[in-house]
Amino acid sequence: MLGMNKNDTTMLLLVAVLTMLAPFILNPFPTESGWAQFNAGYPDLMQRFVIFGIFAIGFNILFGLTGYLSFGHAAFLGIGSYSAVWMFKLLSMNVIPAILLSVAMAGVFALVIGYISLRRSGIYFSILTLAFAQMSFNLAYSVLTPITNGETGLQLTLNDPRILGLSQTADGSIPVTSLFGLEMRSTFEMVLGPWAFQFNVGYYLSALVLLAAFYLSIRIFRSPFGLMLRAVKSNQQRMNYTGLNTRPYTLAAFVISGMYAGLAGGLLASMDPLAGAERMQWTASGEVVLMTILGGAGTLIGPVLGAGFIKYFENIFSKINENVLHGWFGALPDGLEDLLVTLVYPFVGKGWHMTLGILFVLVVVFLPGGLVEGGQRIAAWLRRKKAGKNTPTSTIEPAE
Amino acid sequence: MGILEVKGVNKRFGGLQALGDVNLSVKENSVHAIIGPNGAGKSTLLNVLVGKLIPDTGSVMFDGKSVLGRAPYEINQMGISRVFQTPEIFGDLTVLENMLIPCFAKRDGAFEMNAITSVLSQRDVIEKAEHMLEEMNMADKQHMHAAALSRGDKRRLEIGMCLSQEPRLLLLDEPTAGMARADTNNTIDLLKQINEERNITIVIIEHDMHVVFSLADRITVLAQGSPLVEDDPQNIRGNPLVREAYLGEKA
Ligand SMILES: Nc1ncnc2c1ncn2[C@@H]1O[C@H](COP(=O)(O)OP(=O)(O)OP(=O)(O)O)[C@@H](O)[C@H]1O
Ligand SMILES: [Mg+2]
Repeated sequence: MLGMNKNDTTMLLLVAVLTMLAPFILNPFPTESGWAQFNAGYPDLMQRFVIFGIFAIGFNILFGLTGYLSFGHAAFLGIGSYSAVWMFKLLSMNVIPAILLSVAMAGVFALVIGYISLRRSGIYFSILTLAFAQMSFNLAYSVLTPITNGETGLQLTLNDPRILGLSQTADGSIPVTSLFGLEMRSTFEMVLGPWAFQFNVGYYLSALVLLAAFYLSIRIFRSPFGLMLRAVKSNQQRMNYTGLNTRPYTLAAFVISGMYAGLAGGLLASMDPLAGAERMQWTASGEVVLMTILGGAGTLIGPVLGAGFIKYFENIFSKINENVLHGWFGALPDGLEDLLVTLVYPFVGKGWHMTLGILFVLVVVFLPGGLVEGGQRIAAWLRRKKAGKNTPTSTIEPAE
Repeated sequence: MGILEVKGVNKRFGGLQALGDVNLSVKENSVHAIIGPNGAGKSTLLNVLVGKLIPDTGSVMFDGKSVLGRAPYEINQMGISRVFQTPEIFGDLTVLENMLIPCFAKRDGAFEMNAITSVLSQRDVIEKAEHMLEEMNMADKQHMHAAALSRGDKRRLEIGMCLSQEPRLLLLDEPTAGMARADTNNTIDLLKQINEERNITIVIIEHDMHVVFSLADRITVLAQGSPLVEDDPQNIRGNPLVREAYLGEKA
């Protein structure tokens, strides 16, 4: 279908079903139950899942295929967000022009940064991208204050000279982002017995963009261009002695992945029209590296899984504080309760980074292929078990 | 004048004179063998020819044009292909994908990529790659990862990848090392055939004298970075200097 083989089509359909049904899937616990805090089906978080999924898919086109590890991709995310907010301020609250500008600006910056950084490979390339990203962060944070509004971050005001649209609404508030009048923030709530499911316009727009981005990445992976990129990763020397100048290929991959990051940044700003320098910080660049490796670098679906996994941790685990823990272990004798709370506490709440770090180490050491490899191993194990059941059982009968 | 003219090439690595005043003239459509003991500078000479190393002095002309100062990919585009001493293939890719890369790189006889045709139609390239694998007797292995091939198969794949681009000059660095006797003989036949039927000039470095004397029209003996003698195979066989410097060692 659509020029894809059967496996890829299945995968795309799977992602489509997961994203479209996410408000149900991520809200398995009734609203009043004690487990409700593990629900992730609220608009804000679901938007983050898919937007960072897009970011990671793009990053994987560079890192997963060519092996060039960029430590500065958050710069493009930030550029995308700033561009979008400026578009809202100056042109219109419609998200389409904002997102288009985000992608274009990120592409231009990626072209320049990529052109210079790709003169080196390996660790030197990584350091160069990191340096550029830190430079962008510092520019945004201080030097370019007139454009970025420095520490405070760029926001909409009541006096924005919006060409196509009003500076303020009739009741004197700031207009909201929309898609031809369809407001991003509008949410429809469906109450089903003890459950409440939320369907948000912004989320569904982001999810559709994710599907398009995912489809494009499948096509890139399977194209001759994708083959060339994998060949670059495998053996640059042989590429050179095969009459191929690898630079245009790697640069194209860099620009494409930068544009994906810009798209993600533009979407972030479309959901919530503000942009701050912290979005470009090196920790943000590192996060997308973690997402991609955790999920499975070089696999199609891995980055999406990794992004969801990390964002879930960041938002859900970090909310488990001491009181919540006491609630969980309250039924136990006091001494045991305190002991358990003390043991678990460092790994949740503000300590969620530690849990994530440990998980990351475990994955890299035991599952170099990331969550995708984990899934494959479980599937293979299940298959073996099933096959084992069908064979005669006489040999495993215990001797009497 | 030969298709390849090397004049006065010197290359030092620190205190080591790896190449000392090398002169070499390779006639078009011939098979020219370079033999010599380990460390004689044979691979270094090939490195100079393909642009991997820049000589300290001297000139290298291919088909009347200088190759010095050009990037390896440009030299390859001029028509020089090289098979390395340790196989250089794409280990992470399948055998078929390995073969696809050179076929995509030089499509319809040109190295320019046509963005539109490379998106729309790939059938011809895939067919060419499959055909090439059949010719190399590797069709049954096309879905294997190249890293899992035997050493001899890796080298045959590499030779096939070079041939698929129809180079004018093929440089081979010990192509039969690590091959079983039968594969060695197949390779000899293959090289003979491509030299005669496709008019590809071959420069071959080889320790296996059976291979050298089956193929070579002309032999250069390299010792300690300098050509000792250059002559026809029958004269090389009887040359006492050569026996002493090289063949003698083997006996
Ligand atoms: N890049 C390099 N840097 C320093 N020394 C080098 C380099 N390349 C080769 N040499 C040295 O130059 C000499 C010639 O090496 P070369 O590889 O050309 O020999 P060879 O004739 O191909 O030998 P063999 O038959 O073992 O392949 C050797 O002493 C080698 O150690
Ligand atoms: Mg050598």
